[in-house]
Amino acid sequence: MNKDFKNHIVKALSKNVRLDGRKNDEFRKITIEKNVTCNAEGSAKVTCGDSEVIVGVKMAMGTPYPDKPDEGVLMTGAELHQMSNPDFEGGPPSIVAIEIARVIDRGIRESGTIDTKKLCIKEGEEVWMVCLDISPINMDGNLMDLGALAGIIALKEAKFPEMKDGKPDYKTLSKNPLPISKTPIEVTVSKIGDSFLVDLTYEEEKFVDARLTVAVLKDDTICAMQKGGDSPLTEDEIFKMVELAIKKSKELRKLI
Amino acid sequence: MGKLLVKDKEIVVPGDVIAEGMDFLPSFGTYRTGEKIIANRTSLLSIDGKVIKTIPLAGRYLPKRNDVIIGRVFDILMSGWRMDINSAYSAVLMLQEASFKYIQKGADLTKFFAIDDYVVVKITNVTSQRLVDVTVKGPGLRRLEAGRIVKVSTHKVPRIIGKQGSMVSTIKDATGCRITVGQNGVVWVQGEPEQEVLAVNAIKKIDENSHHSGLTDEIKKFLDSNKVKTKGDKK
Repeated sequence: MNKDFKNHIVKALSKNVRLDGRKNDEFRKITIEKNVTCNAEGSAKVTCGDSEVIVGVKMAMGTPYPDKPDEGVLMTGAELHQMSNPDFEGGPPSIVAIEIARVIDRGIRESGTIDTKKLCIKEGEEVWMVCLDISPINMDGNLMDLGALAGIIALKEAKFPEMKDGKPDYKTLSKNPLPISKTPIEVTVSKIGDSFLVDLTYEEEKFVDARLTVAVLKDDTICAMQKGGDSPLTEDEIFKMVELAIKKSKELRKLI
Repeated sequence: MGKLLVKDKEIVVPGDVIAEGMDFLPSFGTYRTGEKIIANRTSLLSIDGKVIKTIPLAGRYLPKRNDVIIGRVFDILMSGWRMDINSAYSAVLMLQEASFKYIQKGADLTKFFAIDDYVVVKITNVTSQRLVDVTVKGPGLRRLEAGRIVKVSTHKVPRIIGKQGSMVSTIKDATGCRITVGQNGVVWVQGEPEQEVLAVNAIKKIDENSHHSGLTDEIKKFLDSNKVKTKGDKK
């Protein structure tokens, strides 16, 4: 990374001017579309500036894990398509993709959003497995927040498929939604120089010193966190970042 | 007498028959088959007397001798630097082309140009195999200090510069930014944060609306209307 260019950006950020003219704690304009794909049981597309993410929910029947014989399974995967950003390459999922999937998964799992016990069909033998697939159509930063936002909307939209002779008929969906009780919202606060930012563009993400992703519930309960970036954070900084994340999560919650 | 089948400034796609007859001459982006002149890229047609040429709408930069471009150092070699020039090919800056001073054997080359430095260079030679040589010896050629890099389409660069640099000086005057435009579509901007954002937005606007006529006035209006806002904020 070019240090001159970084110092230049840090200086601009200290005056509260971002690369695209936004304020440090300002999101780009977010639009949400529901049920965008016909093959998924539930889906959502979130557009934020130039970033576009589609999340789909598929449901399949399978055997439960032996340690939790009466609980359904949630699987989250992210795939960074090569067409979404010139820097992405093919092959097995990169560390970035794995981190995004795991952080989004953690937000949903640890908040207890899905009542997994209700996904059980026959204890120890058959349960519903929910697959959450995150795919950016155009990646201009902030994939974690947007993927999590699209993910929770897609889960809320998802309907079980109709059953035919003991097998799911994916062509007709029933009216039963997934057993969802909570709405976790993830907000990533990044630190560049001494400034705290939300909703970074891809250009800005290259200069990040440290970032903290916080998943927040409606009553401001924190249900998951993830720290990234090379530099450490002080206790005081973490409190400030969490505070900003909670404030921003309220704005995002209004959009759902 | 030859017949023109497509009007000037119309968009043609590969395979379009542009003209029939031998009194037209095919130029860049066109070829002749028998009596016909056919386009071989998606482009805007430009007819200059008898000569038929095309202005490509998209595509990467093709290095050309004597072009002044902005490159990014991505590798340090035994005796020079390899640069990304926003093209399919990379350029090499040889040691003897890097400085007027004598560089001693085994010297630390990062003191001149480090990895990820942006440099304004001039292309001295392009071989038939597209090996590109560049130099920093010349007026205005230098290592770029702190600023912002914006990438635009290389084919829109003439519109960003304007006639005799009219467009770029309009932006410079309105924003007070220092701007360097490379022929390869890499633009360097340096100034006050708010002004920089305005300059970058203006450049992006040119990139998007380059096919409009009266673009200079449009950009002037854009700069004026946004300038008032920043003045108002200061009050």
